[in-house]
Amino acid sequence: MDTIADMGGMQGFGSVELSPPFDPPFHEEWERRAFAMALLSMRVSGTNLDSFRDALARQHPIDYLIDGYYGRWLNCAVNLLTDSDIIAPGAVEARARRLRGEDVEEPPAPEPHKPDYKPTAAGSIRKIDLPPMFSVGDRVRVADMHPTGHTRLPRYVRARTGVVRAIRPAQVLPDTNAHFLGENPQHVYNVEFDSQYLWGSEAEKFTLYIDLYESYLEPEET
Amino acid sequence: MTFETEASRLPVELRTEALESILVERNLVDPKVMDTYIKMYEQDVGPMNGAKVVAKAWVDPEYKAKLLEDGTGSIAELGFKGPQGEHIVVVENSPETHHVIVCTLCSCYPWPVLGLPPSWYKDPAYRSRMVREPRKLLSEMGLELDDGVEIQVWDSSSEVRYLVLPERPAGTEDLSEEELAGLVTRDAMVGVAKVSV
Repeated sequence: MDTIADMGGMQGFGSVELSPPFDPPFHEEWERRAFAMALLSMRVSGTNLDSFRDALARQHPIDYLIDGYYGRWLNCAVNLLTDSDIIAPGAVEARARRLRGEDVEEPPAPEPHKPDYKPTAAGSIRKIDLPPMFSVGDRVRVADMHPTGHTRLPRYVRARTGVVRAIRPAQVLPDTNAHFLGENPQHVYNVEFDSQYLWGSEAEKFTLYIDLYESYLEPEET
Repeated sequence: MTFETEASRLPVELRTEALESILVERNLVDPKVMDTYIKMYEQDVGPMNGAKVVAKAWVDPEYKAKLLEDGTGSIAELGFKGPQGEHIVVVENSPETHHVIVCTLCSCYPWPVLGLPPSWYKDPAYRSRMVREPRKLLSEMGLELDDGVEIQVWDSSSEVRYLVLPERPAGTEDLSEEELAGLVTRDAMVGVAKVSV
């Protein structure tokens, strides 16, 4: 999906305020709770890290921006738990209203339907027998793809040509793993792009490196 | 299009409390386990870990060579591993090249060495601009780089995580490894600052 989470190159967000070097990770108690619950929600909903990132990205853009980082995590946990029928749609809202004294009815807990899924190993890195399709130094074209599901291919490099600079360990493909359609482990390449090629001749000069899964890449057309 | 305005929405604190009360009441999560996770990232895992890695690399050339070759393994030697650290690549700053780390798609960050990311790293402004105008953004964040310095931006889009090995500041020849670690900041290990004495 092309979501609000894909922010590379967007304009209009203003400047960045640095926090003090020893700023603690949490500033409010609810942030601590949202963080821990969101991590645990993966296990409770029987999902995985890729579904987690997908659930983060597909929340409403307004929620994504207004609720801030740990608010996003909370919304992500609610998405995962609702998808697996651990909690009913509207359950959190109803409980919240009750907590503040409103007399509202809460939806009953549904019958859970966790995805039929088991990881083949811990983590995302896998050993695969297939040799890498590309070598360091190869020019590669990034696919011009617009999937309706999860992807880790940002818009700003789609349909662009770059140069492979390193081959990373093979990893589970987030695009399929997020939806329990298979781990599809594959080679991952670090690909270099020139900034003025990406953003135009008036742009700053720098080099951009990004790690891309083999499914996202094609040989450069000659 | 309709959406609730900020004022009409249920506050995020209240929604968080609501979800926790549902999950705890149904024994789906254990508040003690939640506390363990929270404590771990508030107390045990943070930039002090990365600072030890950097200081060791500064004083021990053999370790530094290994670290640049195999970040994950060399960092694990010091006892730092875990979630969001499956494969860590260390990139070295020099007078000619400056590295900076971002995650445009979420806020991927090398937890075992830096802990949880600071607010600015998760900020849409940082995520959107670091891959488009890093020199300008770094300057706004207080880091002015000479025109001749090449900037290399690393977007963390897979499970690979990055750690910047900052330049060792001049005048630190007599400091011990531990004293050096005390100088290394989180911001320098992301690449938005330099280490200073």
